[in-house]
Amino acid sequence: MITVANLTKKFGEVTAVEGLTFQVEDGEVFGFLGPNGAGKTTTIRMLCCLISKTSGEAKIADYQIGKATDSLQIRKMIGLVPDNVGLYDDLSAFENLDFYGKLYECPEGRRRENIERFLKMLGIWEKKDARAGSLSKGMKQKLALARALVHEPKILFMDEPTANLDPESAKTVRDFILELKKQGRTIFLNTHNLDEAQRVCDRIGIIKTKLLTVGTPEQLRESLTKPKTEIKLAQVSEALVSELRKRIPNKIEVADNKLIIDVTDPDKENPAIITAVASAGGQVREVTQIVPTLEDVYLQIVKETK
Amino acid sequence: MRISKAWIIAAKDMRVFTRRKSAVYSMVLFPLIVSIGLPLVIHFVGARNAARLPILMNSFSFFFLIGAAMLPILLASYSLVGEKIEKSLEPLLAAPITDSELLLGKSIAAFIPPVAALYISSIVFMALANLVTHNTLGYLYFPNWTIGLVLLLLTPLSAILSIEWSVIVSSRASDPRAAQMQGLFIALPLLAIYVASEVQAISLDTKTLLIISGVILIADVILFFLSTKTFQREEILTKWT
Repeated sequence: MITVANLTKKFGEVTAVEGLTFQVEDGEVFGFLGPNGAGKTTTIRMLCCLISKTSGEAKIADYQIGKATDSLQIRKMIGLVPDNVGLYDDLSAFENLDFYGKLYECPEGRRRENIERFLKMLGIWEKKDARAGSLSKGMKQKLALARALVHEPKILFMDEPTANLDPESAKTVRDFILELKKQGRTIFLNTHNLDEAQRVCDRIGIIKTKLLTVGTPEQLRESLTKPKTEIKLAQVSEALVSELRKRIPNKIEVADNKLIIDVTDPDKENPAIITAVASAGGQVREVTQIVPTLEDVYLQIVKETK
Repeated sequence: MRISKAWIIAAKDMRVFTRRKSAVYSMVLFPLIVSIGLPLVIHFVGARNAARLPILMNSFSFFFLIGAAMLPILLASYSLVGEKIEKSLEPLLAAPITDSELLLGKSIAAFIPPVAALYISSIVFMALANLVTHNTLGYLYFPNWTIGLVLLLLTPLSAILSIEWSVIVSSRASDPRAAQMQGLFIALPLLAIYVASEVQAISLDTKTLLIISGVILIADVILFFLSTKTFQREEILTKWT
């Protein structure tokens, strides 16, 4: 559905994104993770035909970005939730959606039906006649989501849709994204919320000007960070650690009363490690397998690029 | 270019204007003053110096032209800088519309209300001016060629000029009032012409008005190219916001 090859954008001397290459399949939720200024918004803007590319190629379905004749076709099939909601404060919630429905040439009957459906799904139907400017931040964000969907786009681009929302509103938005995923919509989600990415995305790309890695959350966790075994002891002494280092080849770190040991295959290695600890005189209180989180992966990758 | 898309944008903008008191007041106040205040002045001047009436009434016709230069700026600034403040340009530009459809829509929204208000007020002005001068002059002074040219040629040309100028100044302004203040500079040459006519340095006859029309038309064409160059998607998103 989305194919990007070597996409680069420069603003004068500044390179905002460089050499992006990835694909987003039909019905996939693709998350773009990266720190502020990493080029996430620039990428979305290029894919939505809002700004030009400097070099490289990108296709949405069979249409090419940067090609004047294809731009309108691309815009017809996408919906955008920008990082700023950008509603018309003086118009009602309904009028905001109706205006966009008209711009996207959605027939009147279907337009009204969709407005009602999406506002009800997002729990703000009763606010349809309220001025957009009078709505809470969470409601505005939900309204911006409904606006992006009113013409039933095949692809939805979302730029940090839960940023600055309270936990309850953020959950509603995330649940709504999961609902859209069930419906088979293709979603391109910019976020720097790791938990959100892990919960809703099928695959994640980590960007910092360049695309650093792409994979499913599991693939990223497995490929980039080694698992660790944490052994809590009654007491940790230097003699114990020194003895242990003679007995096992694994890397050992000490934190309070805990030994944190790098392992490759926990199932195979842990019994031997625990036996070695016990025979070195350690009194084992608790053994925990530390599974690296997406946050660990993200921080490691971003740190490596500094 | 699809006029229907431009019209959707214009209709939305005009709806927004009706919700903003300051926009409504500015569309009502000036036409009201011109349509009622000026006939009153004509009435008092006519009672003292009837010979000066034709010159005065022709000069006063010029107020509609000044209005046409000033009023669209007030709306265009709201329309353009307002989008910038509300940060609504990004979703709007992501919709399947072209830059020219968007610019046309914005221009229609800034053109129709002031020109309509000026046309309505001109009818009231002519009726009241005729009423207060009929006995003195012995004939109905309006309509005549001068006001005909002012209303049908100069008013639309002048309104277009001020909208184009607004597009240019709005690209650099961050609040509507700043854009309005800068925009109002466009009315200064017209005010100067009015003052010149009042002190009888020039006569606002048909020939002079046609020359002014020609000058404004040329300025319209130049500003059209400048404003369309300013009003480009990437420029708007990366430099306007």
